[in-house]
Amino acid sequence: MKLRKRIPVIDQGDKLGFWGGKFGGNFVPETLKKPIEDLEIQFNKLKKDKEFIKERDRYFKNWIGTPTRFIKLKNLTKHIGGAQIWSKVVSDANGGAHKIYNATVHCLLARRSGKKVIIGDTGAGYAGKMLSMAAKKFGLKCKIFMGAKDIKRQQPNVKAMKKNGADVIPVYSGSQTLVDAVSECMRYWVANCDTTAMCVGSTVGPAIFVRICGWSTSQISRELKIQLINEFGAIPKKLKLYNCVGGGSSSFGFWNEFMDYDKKQVEFIGVEAGGPAKSKRHAAPLTYGSKIGILHGAAQYVNQNNDGQIEETESISAGLDYPGISPLHCFLKDTKRARYTAASDEEALKAYQIVTKYENLRPSLEPSHAFSVAIKEAKKLSEDTIVVINSCGDAYKDKKILEKKLGKKYVKSN
Amino acid sequence: MSNPIRQTFQNLKKERRAALLTYTVAGDSSNKQSLEILKSISNYADILEVGVPHNTPVADGGQIQTSAYRAIKNGIKMNDIFNIVKNFKKSKYSKPVILMGYYNMIYQYGENNFLKNCKKSGVSGLIVVDLPWPENKIFSKKCKKSSINFIQLISPTTSKQRLKSIIKDSHDMIYYISMLSTTGGKLKVSPRKILINYNKIKKINPKKNCVIGFGITEKTISKFKNTDGLVVGSQICKEITRSLNNRQNPVINVSKMVSKLRKKIS
Repeated sequence: MKLRKRIPVIDQGDKLGFWGGKFGGNFVPETLKKPIEDLEIQFNKLKKDKEFIKERDRYFKNWIGTPTRFIKLKNLTKHIGGAQIWSKVVSDANGGAHKIYNATVHCLLARRSGKKVIIGDTGAGYAGKMLSMAAKKFGLKCKIFMGAKDIKRQQPNVKAMKKNGADVIPVYSGSQTLVDAVSECMRYWVANCDTTAMCVGSTVGPAIFVRICGWSTSQISRELKIQLINEFGAIPKKLKLYNCVGGGSSSFGFWNEFMDYDKKQVEFIGVEAGGPAKSKRHAAPLTYGSKIGILHGAAQYVNQNNDGQIEETESISAGLDYPGISPLHCFLKDTKRARYTAASDEEALKAYQIVTKYENLRPSLEPSHAFSVAIKEAKKLSEDTIVVINSCGDAYKDKKILEKKLGKKYVKSN
Repeated sequence: MSNPIRQTFQNLKKERRAALLTYTVAGDSSNKQSLEILKSISNYADILEVGVPHNTPVADGGQIQTSAYRAIKNGIKMNDIFNIVKNFKKSKYSKPVILMGYYNMIYQYGENNFLKNCKKSGVSGLIVVDLPWPENKIFSKKCKKSSINFIQLISPTTSKQRLKSIIKDSHDMIYYISMLSTTGGKLKVSPRKILINYNKIKKINPKKNCVIGFGITEKTISKFKNTDGLVVGSQICKEITRSLNNRQNPVINVSKMVSKLRKKIS
């Protein structure tokens, strides 16, 4: 299995949509073949269309607010005493997280194809919130599928979705989290694909959704590359990019533009959700060696039992609470381009405490996983190493959990 | 030896009757009871689809999901499913069995191992909901080699070009999905329109046996009796749920329902 240079990773799949010959694909009911093919044709054409790119960039700039900041965490660097610690504050983006890029692109595609309704899944609620924002902006009706358990634990985002006029549809099947929300959303699309567009909230699902999402979030690394050059005059000799990985949309977008650099120069570190320290359940299929299986239309490493039933996961962060992982990350793991590890719930909470103590930055529980590993590793690294953590979400949505786990003093009002 | 599915359709052509196909989930509500249900409904049904329960089903509606979760909760394993089929095939009035499920279950079992066990237990056909054409080309060839019918699915969204290719690669039986819906949806397309699409398939190759599924119930089935066959699934699963809720015997109730369905197309 080999990663090719000078070809975008999203375009390195084979004819049937498999990366490295085995990850991804289109394991979908016959009914969805046609709408998926239509979307493929549309996307392949538009991503080469200068007018469309201009339109995208205009909305990214004026509406999402690009570029997001790239800042040095001076106090944290001093406190840790090792590598220089920087952060790409993607949570600056309109809505407070990276999910806005994919949502915006899907709405642009839906509008061009004449669809009036757009549906989407959500875990932490960010994908849903952003889709509801974008749908409102572009005049589309919006339905969001969300696990009943997640609705309870991510209320601020649920309120935001409703405020934007979206229908939030609770999903009561299975574990009542993201995995069931995605299933239910796909089922709804099976029944309504003639009138409705679907947005998959991460780099998961049938191959075309993996590609569109990866293409959209790559905005993050496009900006970062320019910001690094502005700051250091060139891409640093020792650069380490830390990102949390649930489905894998923010990390893929954070890394994409640096794919062709040698990993000795630009290393990618993906941090999965290890779940509660004492629990055997986790949402870290790459770290803990899960087997390849089929989930939501794609072959990937996925938590499952011997029979092939998908296993429930457990994580404090709803956004990482998913038993599978993007085929793109399976590919990056097996080609050894990226390194993957996990942080537990407790470690993420501790990292959140440290970051908020030293810096005026409030990463949500998802990027707190990445901060945890970055802080640990930065200690042992030389001063000329540049560590960058993607702070891809804001902790406002985690208010309730943080209050419960850490007490009120850690939660600033918003 | 001719595949039992082909044989069944041939026999029914002589009787000038549409085949009645039922769908029940293996292990619903217990391994023993699902076997009893199969034995009892095979008095009236012609081909029995046995669902392999899966916990992330992307094409099934509420009724079949409920049945599948019930079976999974009871801890059903792939080998239990093969045992249910094996025991059913030993019974007096057994009919051809089609296993229907999602590809991950086959993938984890290993394609070759899966087919070996299908043969051993007496499975005649397979429907794999999320393994469409052309992704299924290699596996369907393997099935053919093992004398197992791989059943291709066709839907209202299938393009003309695909239709031809799928029919060309199909075995004895084709499954036409009547409408854009998950299983168990209310019939939202007129029977006339469904039959127009059905006839398009038959026109391309009249020799292929084409059954219609999704939205087929006691109320709608008689409108399609001049076709090769009809599949009823969700209504049966719903009847099992209803019986359990009312503390009645699902075996008797389901059997009654299937007998009525059969009368409507006889």
